[in-house]
Amino acid sequence: MSAHICGDYKTSYKEDMVLFQTFASKFWLGVFLVLLCVVPCFLDDYLLYVCNMIGIAIIGALGLNILTGFTGQISLGHGAFLGIGAYASAYMVMDLNFPFFVALPCAGLVTALFGMVFGIPSLRLKGLYLAIATLAAQFIIEYLMVHVEGITNGVLGKMVDFPEIMGFSFDTDLKYFYLVATLAIVATIISNNIVRTRSGRAFIAIRDQYISAEVMGVNLFKYKLAAFAFSSFLAGIAGSLWAHYVTIITPEHFTIGVSIEYLAMIIIGGMGHIIGSIFGAIFMVLLPEVLRTMSGALSGEFPMIVNLFAAIKEGVFGLIIIGFLVYEPDGMAHRWQMIKAYWKLWPFSY
Amino acid sequence: MQAESVALESPVLLEAESISLSFGGVNALLSVSFQVEKGDIYSIIGPNGAGKSSMFNVISGLYRPQRGRILYKGKDITALPPYKIAPLGIARSFQNVELFKGMTVLDNLMLGRHIHMRAGLFSGGLFFGKAQKEELKHREVVEEIIDFLEIEHIRKKPVGTLSYGLQKRLELGRALALEPELLLLDEPMAGMNLEETEDMARFILDINQERLTTVLLIEHDMGVVMDISDKVTVLNFGELLASGTPQEVQQNPVVISAYLGDEDSVFLAGRAG
Repeated sequence: MSAHICGDYKTSYKEDMVLFQTFASKFWLGVFLVLLCVVPCFLDDYLLYVCNMIGIAIIGALGLNILTGFTGQISLGHGAFLGIGAYASAYMVMDLNFPFFVALPCAGLVTALFGMVFGIPSLRLKGLYLAIATLAAQFIIEYLMVHVEGITNGVLGKMVDFPEIMGFSFDTDLKYFYLVATLAIVATIISNNIVRTRSGRAFIAIRDQYISAEVMGVNLFKYKLAAFAFSSFLAGIAGSLWAHYVTIITPEHFTIGVSIEYLAMIIIGGMGHIIGSIFGAIFMVLLPEVLRTMSGALSGEFPMIVNLFAAIKEGVFGLIIIGFLVYEPDGMAHRWQMIKAYWKLWPFSY
Repeated sequence: MQAESVALESPVLLEAESISLSFGGVNALLSVSFQVEKGDIYSIIGPNGAGKSSMFNVISGLYRPQRGRILYKGKDITALPPYKIAPLGIARSFQNVELFKGMTVLDNLMLGRHIHMRAGLFSGGLFFGKAQKEELKHREVVEEIIDFLEIEHIRKKPVGTLSYGLQKRLELGRALALEPELLLLDEPMAGMNLEETEDMARFILDINQERLTTVLLIEHDMGVVMDISDKVTVLNFGELLASGTPQEVQQNPVVISAYLGDEDSVFLAGRAG
């Protein structure tokens, strides 16, 4: 491995804007992408299922992080927005016979529209009060999912097919993995580009100091709505992918619990860090699976642990969130930066 | 920009017309009027609570006065929201530094370019061609400001980690990035040592002379105010006490008594004047 560049040897601003600046970071990115393509072929269906859930969660968490982590507008309705994307996509594919590659972005756009409507109160409401307003959004949408039976089929649930693009059906976990991974990468790149350009700076400015943002010419209402729209768009995409993967959706899949799980993802991963959404999504999807495996392994000696699994899961969730808030409020992304900074000058750290 | 022709004829850039502002029963400003001419460094002074910052908030659109108008280049801007006032060419700094703490120095300055940029969510998200070129173009403008304020070494630092003096300087830079014609500075020297104060005074003079920016200044450091101002206005309890050149104001008995706290003489002088 070649040595890192420790000084600043850039000669143009363009060079300074490149995302992966050193040879080492490009190398590891390449290794990561190759592994991403090759490794899934050797995984069993259960592990692929976990990976797919992670990919979908990454897209959803990116959306929530843009809204809550970057723009500072807390949302307790993200789960419901996932549901809108899921039902919109399901309705378009199953009832209107849209092809999947049209229904997917359309589901995103429909969700974005809902997000903007429920984002309107954000002009007047801040912090806790906005949280309550988005909580209302969560319950209104849940109500709609149960009662607009013409579209959602109510509590009975709606059957959805595996997606098909140009006659190619994504009907196995492996095929679906490549679809999800591609979209997750695209969503990550777009989110990252947004936060480092004009709109993203306006988002962060609104979070950090909305008064001076407005005095500098940022239209608060416009950018808050834009954040809601983009956040919901990604939620819609994630919801659509989720619906076509699990193939049956009911309103119970998109409750307040899901919203809180997504909030936990960005808190644990790191609010206001793109990579935090990825870490958080991986962590929150893996945690219950790891706990399940562990309780399965221990069930020989402690048979009652299987019965207690649900309670243990919630308890561990709570403990971990509290632990992060106390010991690492900037989340795993911050820890990641510290590790990178340490290795930058290794072995001459002083 | 129809106002351009008017502005050419009239040297007045900003005019406050009998501004009155009250919060509940408290009068923050009482029928205050003054005119700022193009190219001047115009200072507003007065004791704490005199209404200086309120005046700034009225000009930048954060407060709506109950009576009176603000005219900028002959155009009434009293009712405009802040984000519509900024593109007219009015930028400001705040008394308590109000930077974007989570962003780097560079990003804070780039946000100052907001009104000059066009990229939206979509083109920004793709970051190809136009959006990238725009970033580069404005990066160059921002680098000039970094150079001017001598903050090259901290450009990639998060603002929260900087010293108070540097934060004050950066806030001036962020306002400059907007390329304002009128710059409102709310106590830029507050809490600074002598050296930092002198630096800041030099920056303000340079901005005024090289960038031909009109400066409206609130400052408690009388030495600086009297040295660099073309015109001075004194506010006290929301009322305008006196306006004029630094010499005129310094010799004004009403001002002297207001600053020395002799209430009787203010009362008498107020009657007489």
